Amino acid sequence: MAAEKVDRGRIEISRDECKGCQLCITVCPVHVIELDEGLNRQGYRPVRYTGAGCTGCGFCFYACPEPGAITVFRLARSA
Amino acid sequence: MNSPVYEPFLQKPRSFYDTYERKSGIKEVTHYCPGCGHGELHKMIAEAIDEFEIADRTVLISPVGCSVFAYYYFDVGNVQAAHGRAPAVGTGVQRARPHSIVMSYQGDGDLAAIGLNEILQAANRGEKMVVFFVNNAIYGMTGGQMAPTTLPGMTTTTSPGGRKVEDSGAPLRMAELISQLEAPVYVARGALCSAKDISRTRRLVRKAMKVQVEGRGFAFVEVLSACPTGWGMTPPDSYQWIHEKMKPYFPLDVFVDRTDETFTAPAPKEPVPLEKYHEVMRIDSSDQLSFPPAQPLDPKYANPRLKIAGFGGQGVLLLGLGLAQCGMMEGRRVSWLPSYGPEMRGGTAHCHVNISDDEIGSPLVSQPTVLIAMNQPSLEKFESQVAARGLVLLNTSMISKRPDRDDLEVLDVAASEMAQKLGNPRAANMIMLGAYAGYTGMIGEKTIEAALGAIIKKRHLIELNVKAVAEGFALGRAARG
Repeated sequence: MAAEKVDRGRIEISRDECKGCQLCITVCPVHVIELDEGLNRQGYRPVRYTGAGCTGCGFCFYACPEPGAITVFRLARSA
Repeated sequence: MNSPVYEPFLQKPRSFYDTYERKSGIKEVTHYCPGCGHGELHKMIAEAIDEFEIADRTVLISPVGCSVFAYYYFDVGNVQAAHGRAPAVGTGVQRARPHSIVMSYQGDGDLAAIGLNEILQAANRGEKMVVFFVNNAIYGMTGGQMAPTTLPGMTTTTSPGGRKVEDSGAPLRMAELISQLEAPVYVARGALCSAKDISRTRRLVRKAMKVQVEGRGFAFVEVLSACPTGWGMTPPDSYQWIHEKMKPYFPLDVFVDRTDETFTAPAPKEPVPLEKYHEVMRIDSSDQLSFPPAQPLDPKYANPRLKIAGFGGQGVLLLGLGLAQCGMMEGRRVSWLPSYGPEMRGGTAHCHVNISDDEIGSPLVSQPTVLIAMNQPSLEKFESQVAARGLVLLNTSMISKRPDRDDLEVLDVAASEMAQKLGNPRAANMIMLGAYAGYTGMIGEKTIEAALGAIIKKRHLIELNVKAVAEGFALGRAARG
């Protein structure tokens, strides 16, 4: 029985803190960040996590100019 | 099967405030444009402050430029410096409070243009501070003008045909320039334009902060940083532009690293207690006289905020200084702020004085409780500013009109004529000082006599001024009845 693939990381993006600069998209090595639909409270088109494939590398966190827009999580344990 | 458990790995550093109280609206975001490099560098610095647990003793010297508002973001001490002067202000902070971690954060207009002297001198003295130099090749805040770091041929609002090296010189390579000095311990340049460069810059920032934690000396980190708005490109394109255009001219390197040299940091000194400042400043206070504080004759005269105005030559600044000196000698908190404007000759000169039992928030007196008007233009100019039911002292020798307002308490003093009778019309200011003291009781007559010795340089004039004060004091007391 093949084990279900578990991502090593996960990110949360605060939709209203994002300014849509897309630098996180530029630096993400596994291409799991994309533009979201619509505009946020600031009037920018924010980004979102595609929901799968994050490795928890943290590149997006340091490329993001907003202090609290991105939080990176890493897998503590699975199963 | 249990679902996988994730734990936070990277999150907003603790040394940022939770919310930024700059403006109403969304208080979780910075004022920076999308893709601005300042935010990235802020995050690295905040992370280092967290790691070394130095938030309580870090003092950020914020500059003039877009990052002027850094104090809304970093939960550390702050002094806002005049344009380019952050290294000079940082020097003062570090020397007065040796235990603090001093951090100057400056842009290229601030550091490499107007503040070039300050940064070079501070670096050359080896001041214990870290300087973060954000190089985005233009003046960002003011709309993208040419800066000392603007690249050859680069178009800006003030170099529409591209920067010409033959006219404007070549761009300044600040890290290289500073690395030529003897004192700096650590000088490096990083860039914010790719995951790899960002990781490297984080290490530079951390190391420069570590130099401070260890008390080693001066550290300088230049950071090539994007200004997508000023450059007129998207943030991803600005990353590319740093990579292709800026890096070749501003090579990334560690230019000086003396952190491996044997070094024994002196034991961190405790902050100097306030009562010992005169020792640090080498002020001999043995001849400072002190007097018990005089009590105002009416509670409304307590904690006065004074504006003193006249024309140049009437000694209004000295009058203010005298009041402040008296207040100080009576153990009160005082401030004296002279106002030098581009006034016409014979126009009004004025000063602001606070005398207070509590701490003084600002030396500026915008709503005086007392106006001392030595000539008519001063009354006309400042009458409207006086607080409700405030006190106005009029030099009636020079003022023929009455105040327009009817809520003001007015004391008439023919100061210039009285001074003339004493033999010197220039003593009118001291007559006014005496009249104020006598009328309000805010200052003791003995204090004024002693204060004159401290503020009047020409010894032979002291006797005349003491007489003038006495006449004014008697007039003020008599008017009280």
